[in-house]
Amino acid sequence: MATDVHGSVTDEEEEIGAVGLRKEQRAVRAASGAAVQVDGLVRAFGGRAVLDELQLDIQTGEFVALLGRSGCGKSTLLKVLAGLDRDIEGEVLVPRRKAVAFQAPRLMPWKRVWRNVLLGLPGRPERDTAVRALEEVGLGHRVDAWPKTLSGGEAQRASLARALVREPDLLLLDEPFGALDALTRIKAQQLVAELWQERGCAVLLVTHDVEEALLLADRALVMEDGRIAYETTVDLPRPREISDPGFGALRARLLERLGVAGAQSTAPAHSPADSSTDRAAEAA
Amino acid sequence: MVPVSGRRRVVPRWVRRTVGPVALVVLWQVLSATGVLEGDILASPGTIAATAGDLVSDGTLPSAMLVSLQRVAVGLVLGGVAGVVLALVSGLSRLGEDLVDATVQMLRSIPWVGVIPLFIIWLGIGEAPKIALISLGVAFHLYLNVYAGIRGVDAQLVEAGTSLGLSRWGLIRHVVLPGALPGAMTGLRYSLATAWLALVFGEQVNADDGLGFLMNQAREFFRTDVIVVCLVVYAILGLIADFLVRTLERLLLQWRPTFTGQ
Repeated sequence: MATDVHGSVTDEEEEIGAVGLRKEQRAVRAASGAAVQVDGLVRAFGGRAVLDELQLDIQTGEFVALLGRSGCGKSTLLKVLAGLDRDIEGEVLVPRRKAVAFQAPRLMPWKRVWRNVLLGLPGRPERDTAVRALEEVGLGHRVDAWPKTLSGGEAQRASLARALVREPDLLLLDEPFGALDALTRIKAQQLVAELWQERGCAVLLVTHDVEEALLLADRALVMEDGRIAYETTVDLPRPREISDPGFGALRARLLERLGVAGAQSTAPAHSPADSSTDRAAEAA
Repeated sequence: MVPVSGRRRVVPRWVRRTVGPVALVVLWQVLSATGVLEGDILASPGTIAATAGDLVSDGTLPSAMLVSLQRVAVGLVLGGVAGVVLALVSGLSRLGEDLVDATVQMLRSIPWVGVIPLFIIWLGIGEAPKIALISLGVAFHLYLNVYAGIRGVDAQLVEAGTSLGLSRWGLIRHVVLPGALPGAMTGLRYSLATAWLALVFGEQVNADDGLGFLMNQAREFFRTDVIVVCLVVYAILGLIADFLVRTLERLLLQWRPTFTGQ
């Protein structure tokens, strides 16, 4: 599964797969069923290490949520995994087929929605390919629209269709619901959960919303000072509800790890109704 | 109680807006007819209209317009190609920027009308200096706007394009050039205005045909009516050019969020 290597890459122009693991090592790792393997990853900006000897493994088909306060380096890590930042040290192993959905939809405003979906696909993809992908995210009726005419939620779904049409083995989501209103956000989260269950690709979701992480992920990671400082498996039955008894406890633990004061004392006592109001407050 | 929708029906806006110009022309005609404004200073609107009719019917004005239009067209094409090519070179590569941009920025500080004497020495007094002058004005405007357009393309979109697997050429074709198009269209509009201006300046120099020649000739005989006709023609041609660019923008930039031309 993991076919791509880039590590110890100091020259920006250097191609993926240039340095890093030896061939036989690569083969061993590829057989182990890991979609992402990161070992000793360092990324420094002007002498300050934003990613500091970071270790990370994501299994094939696993949904991992990456939490952390702003500036902790989680977006930097996502960029490295996406192959957008090659100025790194250490070993990074990711699938060749990967796709990113950013916080802003980043659709090309000068291309109609379906052309945006097909942008960058190899060969001469058919319009039907785009139509199918857009139908999958419930945008079958906006195929020919200009991006400027889409609502925030629609644009984000188009961006998701653009990522999924690449049939990625690894889907990287950089706070894709951050700019959506509370109701649209819930729908978009449900959509991502469904699509992930159909596709079975590995997902790394970068977010600062603890409840979003617990609703979607198999495993939640907390990033701090450029490393994964804490991780917990989210062993709750799907589809998940905020009212689940295990939910509040996990939420409190993660909030505490994220340094939100007073979270532990109040969170376990929460009724489901309270949680949902909190949720809206967090979104705002 | 006051009805919220209580708008009084008044004279339509376009009628109100026409009143000023019409009043001015009427005043002008009255001043000329009463002899306050002499024909040698400024011909009356009536005389000007009659002269325009004569110039059109005897073929003088159409042939002069054709010559002038040709100059603008050739200058626009030559200057446009030069400006866009230079902008692409300096916009798309660091090396190109270092080589081209500093030079262009330096030359830009020279007022382009001021080079007319040099152009006459270098190129004589035929078509060449006129076309060169138009090209020069056009090239600078297009260069500046296309270059700024390329460099102003949203870095986030470029990053998204990279993450979608676009090659360098793919990025240029699908992200950078379309992103620079609004800037290019602004540049085209400015450069058209400059082209007319350069034409007027250029044709004052020893022209033996064209609108400028017509004006120079008229000056010798104090024919203010002919001069005004030529000025009006310049204005109309400028308006038509602007209309063409606006139409082009409407076709090419309909994706823009700020677009309101529908």
